[in-house]
Amino acid sequence: MQWETVIGLEIHAQLSTRSKIFSASATTFGAEPNTQASLIDLGMPGTLPVLNAEAVRMACKFGLAIDAEIAERNVFARKNYFYPDLPKGYQTSQMELPIVGKGFLDISLEDGTQKRIGITRAHLEEDAGKSLHEDFHGMSGIDLNRAGTPLLEIVSEPDIRSAKEAVAYVKAMHALVRYLDICDGNMAEGSLRCDCNVSVRPVGQAEFGTRAEIKNVNSFRFIEKAINHEVQRQIELIEDGGKVVQETRLYDPNKDQTRSMRSKEEANDYRYFPCPDLLPVVIEQSFLDEVRATLPELPVEKRARFEAEFGLSAYDADVLAASRELADYFEVVNTVCGDAKLAANWVMGELSSLLNASNLSIEQSPVTAAQLGGMIVRIKDNTISGKLAKMVFEALAAGEGATADEVIEKKGLKQVTDSGAIESMLDEMLAANAEQVEQYRASDEAKRGKMFGFFVGQAMKASKGKANPAQVNELLRKKLEG
Amino acid sequence: MDMQQMTLAEIGHALASKQFSAVELTQNLLKRIKTLDPQLNSFISLTDDLALEQARAADVRRASGETGALLGAPIGHKDLFCTKGILTSCGSKILDGFKAPYDATVVEKLAAAGTVTLGKLNMDEFAMGSANESSHYGPVKNPWDLTRVPGGSSGGSAAAVAARLLPAATGTDTGGSIRQPAALTNLTGIKPTYGRVSRWGMVAYASSLDQAGPLARTAEDCALLLQAMAGFDSKDSTCIDQPLDDYLAALDKPLNGLRIGLPREYFGAGLDARIGEKVLAAVEELKKLGATVRDISLPNMQHAIPAYYVIAPAEASSNLSRFDGVRFGYRCENPVNLEDLYKRSRGEGFGAEVKRRIMVGTYALSAGYYDAYYIKAQQIRRLIKNDFVSAFKDVDLILGPTTPNPAWKLGEKNNDPVAQYLEDIYTITANLAGIPGLSMPAGFVEGLPVGVQLLAPYFQESRLLNVAHQYQQVTDWHQHAPAGF
Repeated sequence: MQWETVIGLEIHAQLSTRSKIFSASATTFGAEPNTQASLIDLGMPGTLPVLNAEAVRMACKFGLAIDAEIAERNVFARKNYFYPDLPKGYQTSQMELPIVGKGFLDISLEDGTQKRIGITRAHLEEDAGKSLHEDFHGMSGIDLNRAGTPLLEIVSEPDIRSAKEAVAYVKAMHALVRYLDICDGNMAEGSLRCDCNVSVRPVGQAEFGTRAEIKNVNSFRFIEKAINHEVQRQIELIEDGGKVVQETRLYDPNKDQTRSMRSKEEANDYRYFPCPDLLPVVIEQSFLDEVRATLPELPVEKRARFEAEFGLSAYDADVLAASRELADYFEVVNTVCGDAKLAANWVMGELSSLLNASNLSIEQSPVTAAQLGGMIVRIKDNTISGKLAKMVFEALAAGEGATADEVIEKKGLKQVTDSGAIESMLDEMLAANAEQVEQYRASDEAKRGKMFGFFVGQAMKASKGKANPAQVNELLRKKLEG
Repeated sequence: MDMQQMTLAEIGHALASKQFSAVELTQNLLKRIKTLDPQLNSFISLTDDLALEQARAADVRRASGETGALLGAPIGHKDLFCTKGILTSCGSKILDGFKAPYDATVVEKLAAAGTVTLGKLNMDEFAMGSANESSHYGPVKNPWDLTRVPGGSSGGSAAAVAARLLPAATGTDTGGSIRQPAALTNLTGIKPTYGRVSRWGMVAYASSLDQAGPLARTAEDCALLLQAMAGFDSKDSTCIDQPLDDYLAALDKPLNGLRIGLPREYFGAGLDARIGEKVLAAVEELKKLGATVRDISLPNMQHAIPAYYVIAPAEASSNLSRFDGVRFGYRCENPVNLEDLYKRSRGEGFGAEVKRRIMVGTYALSAGYYDAYYIKAQQIRRLIKNDFVSAFKDVDLILGPTTPNPAWKLGEKNNDPVAQYLEDIYTITANLAGIPGLSMPAGFVEGLPVGVQLLAPYFQESRLLNVAHQYQQVTDWHQHAPAGF
């Protein structure tokens, strides 16, 4: 039987506010346990929450970016359950009336086509703390630094049809929240976490199959692997006559498998009700207009502009627009050198390899966009050849000069374009290879072609690569014709 | 005059005219409390050191020319206001030993006004009760009859003030917990408009209903205290940013033309007829002062108790989840695992009435019951609010009994929670609607105090205090003291 996969994702994006969603504590990652937990975060009796306006602004920014309805009136609710790292015994979240309603996000698939993924809703909530199970001798430690960190939970429609699409969606969402500057997107630190709802159904069937939810998958690679594994598990289960049960599962990246965490029957009754300590949040049009004015150019818009304005391919535009920092870098290189295609090639080629090899982000690039742009200018005006440019680039990366010009000067890499100098160099080289010259002249056209390459190589070697290749070709041909 | 029998206002004048110092007064009252409170059990903690330190500071401030009316005024706090470094128990075993790490806004504001905190007062556990019998620290007795309850949940506050151990105390009112004990102990007590006083640092019972207010012997003293307690607080999102009236200045306004409404639902079955007579006698006094009276109706009042006993327990079931034995308060001995820790810490730490309300609230919020209970109760709440809004189109003030019965015997209603819940039938509607309410002394039935309740539109605390004060200028019920105190 042919199976179709149906996936919906819930992404928790940690909002990059400076303080928590309901208290003034800092949200910095990695502080000593419980040093960023105030009376409110500790759930001390008598304490009350006060909503952080910045979190609301960020949620609105997100809503506007996905073309969603922003609820004029949205309401915080309490989700009640007991857990040691949940100090109040409830999580303040939003249930019936979330801040962001239906919207969508367009993603690029591998074949270059676009797909629109519906977004059901996005709501604000507070994060819980962390339970630490090591080094406490049979007990657990509780770190409440993270408790109260603002989260935006973004729920997609079940519009995703493969693990690859899921990854493309998460990547697009990752790019979007970073473009909007509302989340640092650091998946390793848990700033962006993903729950995957996965089900399968026979191709052509309208109803959805029973879904399993895989909790907290925290890298692009694991999302793909976890979903693929889960799809396989469900298909095998059904084909063996079994039934998928609705449950929460955990992905174990070490074993590359998912295992059951709790079934629907064991699921908590969260007893949601409107939080009486917080008033409904009323969002005025003037506030939304203000937020809209701060929206940057979004990835989709940037991609389209790169194609239209610079004539880049869809693929190149997509890669370059994937992150705001990369796009900004590319645009500076392009502005300096005035050649978008060369700029794109260098950024996606040499620069990306360099960054990948040394595990650096674009912001940490040892070669600045201005340096790279300046170097490309020298390629274009024939000061250096493409081959020498790689040497210049490496020298810049190694900090051996402030500009490409300085490196070229210092290392004497300037291309020789003086015909007289090239001619005398060629004469010397031909004299030293008199025998080959004889052979060349005695050969037919077909054989000559191959031998010509030999003389070019010798000429470039003699000039230490600095002779202008076009000129070498032209002059050499003349001389050999004799 | 005996300093122990003085009202706050009188103490203010006496301190200003140097009849005695705040330190002398404090020492005197602390001694009185130690002598007399064993009969009443109204205090959970005495804060001698803090009191003397605050009294000394008040004397210094007065000596340097400050003149605040509350400078050096001795008070006590209901034991659910957080007080830094001092036991804040909420009358519960689960907070036994819990010293709050901060001061409630009410505590902070009153301290800034120069009040002297003599101690923390007994209360029904987590403010759940109308008799002050559910406290882990034992029941409080009514100074008017030591075999009777003082009302609740601010029973310790009421008993201590009625017995002249203190001139005034703070309380909280979720369904009548200031007004009902005030009525049962011959005091004046006011529950302000929801949002008038900050809830920061006030341990929550039912967040959408809880409101702090003073209990004292006169409306004037209530005005003095409320002036210092009320006002906007950015730490409480439900606190309303609206200018405060000058409550003291409003006291002397004549009552000419005051339109009073008597809701017929407040005078029907269930009301002790003798109380009804006292209430009508009070109405006659107010008429003499220039008020006009008419009958009105609050048709949804009959639904108030059921609605309250869904909403309040629902909120409480969530508010009390934080008492889990993990971070503060009581933890069971030798828990074997997490579930055991939760179950036994809470099972051993909470009393029967608290558990009952947590169960009821949990049930009301459960999947499949939420719409039938919680949502329905909220709809009733809206109807009750609308009843008041339309009634206040025709009258300035609503008047009725505070309670259907005078103080009952200790233990009498312990096995019948519903009978006890019904004692709040006249007070609960004000909490559901969020309007202010006041109870004032209006006579006695077989030696037991009777309270009259006044209800006003939102933010008209000054009207309530004004009417009560004018009434107290022509009556002396509020001056009666219990024998032996």
